[in-house]
Amino acid sequence: MCATCGCGHSNSHESHAHEEITLEQKVLAKNDLLAAANRAYFASRGVVAINLMSSPGSGKTTLLERTIRELRGRPVAVVEGDQETQLDAERIRRTGCPVVQVNTGAGCHLDAAMLRDAVDRLALEQGTLLFVENVGNLVCPALFDLGERGRVVIISVTEGTDKPLKYPYMFAAADLVVVNKVDLLPYVDFDLGACRAHVASVNPKAEVVALSATTGDNLDAWHEWLVS
Amino acid sequence: MHELAIAENIVDAVCERADGRPVRRVTVRIGKLTAVVPDAMRFCFDLATEGTIADGARLEIEERPGRARCHACDAEVELTDPILLCPCGSADLAVTAGRELQIVSMEVG
Repeated sequence: MCATCGCGHSNSHESHAHEEITLEQKVLAKNDLLAAANRAYFASRGVVAINLMSSPGSGKTTLLERTIRELRGRPVAVVEGDQETQLDAERIRRTGCPVVQVNTGAGCHLDAAMLRDAVDRLALEQGTLLFVENVGNLVCPALFDLGERGRVVIISVTEGTDKPLKYPYMFAAADLVVVNKVDLLPYVDFDLGACRAHVASVNPKAEVVALSATTGDNLDAWHEWLVS
Repeated sequence: MHELAIAENIVDAVCERADGRPVRRVTVRIGKLTAVVPDAMRFCFDLATEGTIADGARLEIEERPGRARCHACDAEVELTDPILLCPCGSADLAVTAGRELQIVSMEVG
């Protein structure tokens, strides 16, 4: 080992001068670049991509199934992200909607490269509304830009009013927060007003829509947001 | 565990730039408001460098505090988490620092 710098060289320090290299670049520069390419690709085809993020079991897939059935006159496609299985893609396929399942294995989020690979398998029509169902996880997906137009975070009333405070990074990244399963409000201890206040405390700009994907309650507000 | 994906991004970037020379040290800047945990980052960096030219490199982390400007009272506020609240009671704040996630420099050779 070199006694001067402790680097592992056996020769004298002068014989292996180290070089300091300044990088000053974003860690996720590569993902950001790919996301920008996705964004340009979507724009060139009039595709609107919506990134859906939530914890497992909030009702993302149920909301999608219902949304696909109710959307008329606009092509829709779905990219399903899960660690394992084709189960969610099979549910979406039964609605007649084009879908690609991405299995991330040990990975806890989708990134821009995964989305591009999935989109290349979909052959998107002009003007498609593309839903990207991210891996069920309220932490990691917030960091990875996919090139989407809108970010939606979904929570359900069975999860607890304080979720926006417990996972502030995710809620800070949202354009829209959907509070799902409001048909269960009479049976659970969930304070919708307090939840809205918690969302505002981490993200004053986010809209909040409370609905039930099962009963269809207030789905109009969700459809209005989608067309806006 | 998004720190692993982030560590892999760092290692890819420095190895590409090092162009075959061994990497001795990598310095990164992590803001308080990025949801990246420095201890998890160190653990994942060692995993991600294994078998690469950055194997054994030292990771130095410059932590940056979160800061915001309050639109109500114009105060500069330090934030330890992404909950936007000024001591004056206002939640109308603009984050000015703490979202950094950058590779600053490295030492090779």
